[in-house]
Amino acid sequence: MTLKQEDDSLSSGTFSNRETWKYAFIQSIPVFFGYLFLGIAFGILLEQAGFHAGWALLSSLVIYAGSGQFLLVSLLESNASLTVVSAMTLLINGRHIFYGLSFVEKFRSMGRKCLYMIFSLTDETYSVLCSLQPPARVDPNKAMFRLALLDHSYWILGSFLGAMMGSLIPFDFQGVDFSMTALFVVIFLDQWKSMPSHIPAVVGVFSSVFFLAFLGPEQFLLPSLAATAATLFICKRWIVRKMEGENQK
Amino acid sequence: MTAGRTLLIIIVAAICTFTTRAFPFVVFGGKKELSPAVRFLGSCLPSAIIATLVVYCLRSITFSPSGLLNAGIQLLSVGIVTALHLWKHNILLSIGGGTVCYMVLLRVVPNWIH
Repeated sequence: MTLKQEDDSLSSGTFSNRETWKYAFIQSIPVFFGYLFLGIAFGILLEQAGFHAGWALLSSLVIYAGSGQFLLVSLLESNASLTVVSAMTLLINGRHIFYGLSFVEKFRSMGRKCLYMIFSLTDETYSVLCSLQPPARVDPNKAMFRLALLDHSYWILGSFLGAMMGSLIPFDFQGVDFSMTALFVVIFLDQWKSMPSHIPAVVGVFSSVFFLAFLGPEQFLLPSLAATAATLFICKRWIVRKMEGENQK
Repeated sequence: MTAGRTLLIIIVAAICTFTTRAFPFVVFGGKKELSPAVRFLGSCLPSAIIATLVVYCLRSITFSPSGLLNAGIQLLSVGIVTALHLWKHNILLSIGGGTVCYMVLLRVVPNWIH
C-alpha cells in the first residue's frame, strides 16, 4: 500500500471524536434556545403550583416531554387519580407512536443506546434526527446519540433554572419559543428539497389544517396523523413511483 | 399532597410517555426484516410529520379581528425564516434571524397600533 492510499483509507475509514461532538452540538443549537425557554416556563409553572425544584428536575429527567409535562403540572395540582394521569398522558403523547416507525432499524443497530434513543425521541429531536446528513469524519450513530443527550440536558437545565430562579431571571424571554417553529419550518424546507415526492408533505399540511379547523388546537394532532398515514397508503403507488424514478436517475 | 404521591404520579407519567415512544419498536422491532408497508411509512412519514408539527406550532393563529395581529406577526416571521433559508441555506441564521425578528415584532408592532 502506498502512502497516499493509506492516507485515504485513514481519512475515510475513521471517525473523529471531536468532529462528531462538534457536529452534534451545532445541530443541537436551535433546540438549545427552544428547550431552555420552554424548560424555564415549565419550571416556573411547577414551582408556582407548590412543588420545589427537585420535582422539576426529576420530571424532566424521567418524563422528558414538553406538552406532557405542562399537563403534568395541572395533574399534580389537582392530585389526579392514576387512571386519569395515564389516560391523559397517553393521549397527549399519542403522536409519538408514529415517530419510531422511521427509526426501527437504525436504533436497533445502536445496541445498548437503543433504549435511550427511544426514550428521548421528542418532537424536536425526532425532526433534527430526520434531517441529519453527517459528513465523512462524523460517526453517524454517535452523532445521533450525542444530539439526543444534548437536547435532553438543555431541557433538564431549563426546567431546573425555571424552578430555582423563576421570575428572578432578568431577561424577557417572551417569543424565544418561536425558535421551535422556525426549526420545524427550516427542516420542512430541507425535506421538501431532498424528498423526490412532495405528496407526504402536502398530505401532512392539508390533513393537519383540516383537523385543526374541525377539532380545534388541542385535539387535532393524533387524528390528523392517523388520517395522514391512511392517505399515504392510498397514495402509495404514486409516491413509490416518484421515489423509484428518482433512484434510477 | 405527600412526596410519595407526587413521585408516583411522575413515574406513571414517565412510563406512559415511554410507552407511546416505544410502541413501534415493540410492535415492529422484534422481527428481523421489516414489512414493506412499515418500510414505506417509515420513509415517507417524516416529511408529513414535520409538516404537521409546523401547523401544530402555528395552532394559536385565528382569523378573528382580535387574533389578526398575532396571526400577522407569526406568519410574517415564518416568511422571514423561509426567505432567509432559501437565500443563505444556513440553519442557524434562518432560525436565529427569524426568532429575533419575531421577538422584535412582538414588542414593537402592538405599540405602533395603539
